[in-house]
Amino acid sequence: MSDKADDFAPSRRRFLAGAAATGVGAAAVGAGQAAQAATPDPLITEVQDWASGLGDGVDATPYGLPIQFEQDVVRRNVEWLTADTISSINFTPIHALDGTITPQGCAFERHHSGAIELRKEDYRLMINGLVDTPLVFSYADLERFPRENRVYFCECAANSGMEWAGAQLNGAQFTHGMIHNMEYSGVSLRTLLEEAGLAAAGDFKDKWVYVEGADASSNGRSIPLEKALDDVLVAFKANGEALRKEHGYPVRLVVPGWEGNMWVKWLRRIEVMDGPVESREETSKYTDTMEDGSARKWTWEMDAKSVVTSPSPQAPITHGKGPLVITGLAWSGRGAITGVDVSIDGGKTWTQARLGAPGTDKALTRFYLEINWDGSEMLLQSRARDSSGYVQPTKAELREVRGLNSIYHNNAIQTWWVKADGEAENVEVS
Amino acid sequence: MSKFPNVIAGAAVSLALGLPAFAGEYGLGRPALPEEIAAWDIDVSPDGTGLPAGSGDVFTGEEVFAEKCAVCHGDFAEGVDNWPKLAGGQGTLDREDPLKTVGSYWPYLSTTWDYVNRSMPFGAAQTLEADEVYAIVAYILYSNDLVDDEFVLSNETFTDVELPNAEGFFVDDRLESEAHFWKAEPCMSDCKDTVEITMRARVLDVTPEETATTDVAVEQAAATPVAAEPIVEEPAEEPVVAEVALDPELVAKGAKVFKKCKACHKVGEGAKNGTGPILNGIFGATAGVVEGFRYSKPMLAAGEDGLVWNDETLAAFLAKPRKFMKGTKMSFAGLRKERDIEAVVAYLRSFDN
Ligand code: HEC
Ligand code: HEC
Repeated sequence: MSDKADDFAPSRRRFLAGAAATGVGAAAVGAGQAAQAATPDPLITEVQDWASGLGDGVDATPYGLPIQFEQDVVRRNVEWLTADTISSINFTPIHALDGTITPQGCAFERHHSGAIELRKEDYRLMINGLVDTPLVFSYADLERFPRENRVYFCECAANSGMEWAGAQLNGAQFTHGMIHNMEYSGVSLRTLLEEAGLAAAGDFKDKWVYVEGADASSNGRSIPLEKALDDVLVAFKANGEALRKEHGYPVRLVVPGWEGNMWVKWLRRIEVMDGPVESREETSKYTDTMEDGSARKWTWEMDAKSVVTSPSPQAPITHGKGPLVITGLAWSGRGAITGVDVSIDGGKTWTQARLGAPGTDKALTRFYLEINWDGSEMLLQSRARDSSGYVQPTKAELREVRGLNSIYHNNAIQTWWVKADGEAENVEVS
Repeated sequence: MSKFPNVIAGAAVSLALGLPAFAGEYGLGRPALPEEIAAWDIDVSPDGTGLPAGSGDVFTGEEVFAEKCAVCHGDFAEGVDNWPKLAGGQGTLDREDPLKTVGSYWPYLSTTWDYVNRSMPFGAAQTLEADEVYAIVAYILYSNDLVDDEFVLSNETFTDVELPNAEGFFVDDRLESEAHFWKAEPCMSDCKDTVEITMRARVLDVTPEETATTDVAVEQAAATPVAAEPIVEEPAEEPVVAEVALDPELVAKGAKVFKKCKACHKVGEGAKNGTGPILNGIFGATAGVVEGFRYSKPMLAAGEDGLVWNDETLAAFLAKPRKFMKGTKMSFAGLRKERDIEAVVAYLRSFDN
């Protein structure tokens, strides 16, 4: 590893410095007109090292990390949020990604007792409770059931939680980065439950499954049997490869559209029960306190939400006026994204954005709006709509129902104040 | 309707091999044994289902809590620094920044029993006896002024206790209370007359600095088998350890600071290894050499590479254990004040032998 710490300056600053040094900054370029180079570009006219010498051989990197120039595209945490980094959270660098699939290596982590190392050989999954035959599966057993491949987003219920009371954190990574979107391979939970036999459960209507992990926190959650039999997956691969340790290797639960805390990692036990356990994670935490002090529980679905990832505070406009790609992400736990509207004037007028691909069920959708930026200030917002007819609300609308103390499930419209110099700031508007 | 055409063949094979056959379509997995279910199925429901027999009183609970929980949660369950508070907050739920604790917020006592039993103490989960858990839960109730100091909690009296906020929860009603978010046609133009900025994140300025160093180091550590910083550190020239006279005031202050370490470390005569190693004679010793303690790999490697605990190395380690040593098992956030570190080091040195 030859990288020195000072090579890791943020790419944005490096970009600005680079532009200044070579004198080819395009800041003054107007719309529809190409930049005029004053002098020939030495990157073109001179033979560069990489065009003459040799690069790495195929044995240099048996498993690769991103190239060193991308080393600022990493998960970050906010130290003051928790007492300790073991029971804590970090954030996906969504401001620097494109498309919809989140690479595992920078997908946010939330642990309650740290990320454990559990070998496949030591892995056991138990199904017990109201089943005909309580069963134990090894990892190898799981690989012998019919498999499914599905893309889903996983969002922590606390994503944007710091923003309830006001604009706090300056960057899409921090305000909206408790989310990732992966393609999972695994077995449907229904298949496993049916393997144990559900005759003993009787009427499914009032039955639950309690799921827990093998780590010290166990992070147990109760899920209605109806959902468990619908689209829940017991997954062992993500984006084609084994789950990462921090995402529950070797096996995690995937609970499409529902809050991330229910996606139990290092899944070790599933119990069919006749009531919810009311565990710590579904009473003390992940319940939404209303203005009058009462609290909503079982708020599992993640409502439709979106955010502009660029431009944004960590991804300012560095090219001056002219063609500008506004892009972001939208998702809904109640179905597919059907449309995203973007406003550059703080919500007075809206323009329908272009979806990178048609929205799919409970997965991230990428949107784009290409504009010709005139260099004036913008109050940039995005508003998601989903297949259930839900329209992403403003912060004021949400607060009107829920007050300021909810912590969880903040899906309000986000505003970035983009200034004439291209820098952006997290703000709230009337 | 079988998704798997070979079920019959599969069943035949398992019979032929003498494997158990059961209802399942695929014949995969094996029946769970009663002992296995008993070991893992320990959840406790609001009606008390799942509670083992046992009991504990407030007084015993106070002792166990002081020993195993107070470093993080405070002697009176009031919470130390940023660690969770387990007591107080009654009457704050409808105010700004409500304080949500077992006493003010939690609806069911079973949740406290279940969570303490399976997940606490942090870093040594599932080490408590059932009677200890009953005693601790009794003490947490007492700390919340919900029972008097004579109170005894047992599996028999368990469901008699009702927490103050038992009725404080209602099931998700968004489909009704937020029905207006399902709009036929959202507004596209002239949606409002004016737009004013009402709040700015820069005013608060709580965003972490955008320097990638620490986080990048994490990614690098993943690719580099050895811990990055501490190991290369040269062991300082042998200081003349025993001779230094210790300031008794500083030692006394250190004894107080050491409360933060006590949940995991013991010192003095008869001390035993706990979550952390005994710390007798730690000053001047090589890292990772206390007999009978299972260190993390990075700690062992650091010791082998010559890491010696002296003023500098202890100060760096105790300020930010996991920054100083990537992958250490010491799950402790660190001491923020230099003076506390000085004091606790002086206190540890008073146990040199
Ligand atoms: C080393 C620090 C530490 C020690 C020691 C410790 N805890 Fe904890 N405790 C924590 C942390 C951290 C959490 C939050 C975990 C999470 O976020 O999932 C917690 C959470 C809790 C909670 C839930 C709080 C809430 O509001 O949801 C209870 C109850 C609790 N601990 C009880 C105990 C008891 C009882 C003991 C002693 C047997 C103990 N703890 C020892 C660090 C500690
Ligand atoms: C939550 C438990 C916990 C707390 C609290 C804790 N430690 Fe530790 N400590 C450990 C563990 C576990 C280790 C072994 C680390 C390893 O192997 O990587 C350790 C290691 C050490 C070592 C190195 C020991 C050796 O033999 O190399 C020192 C010194 C130390 N701790 C001092 C302290 C001091 C001083 C405090 C309080 C300010 C403290 N610790 C708080 C758990 C803890």
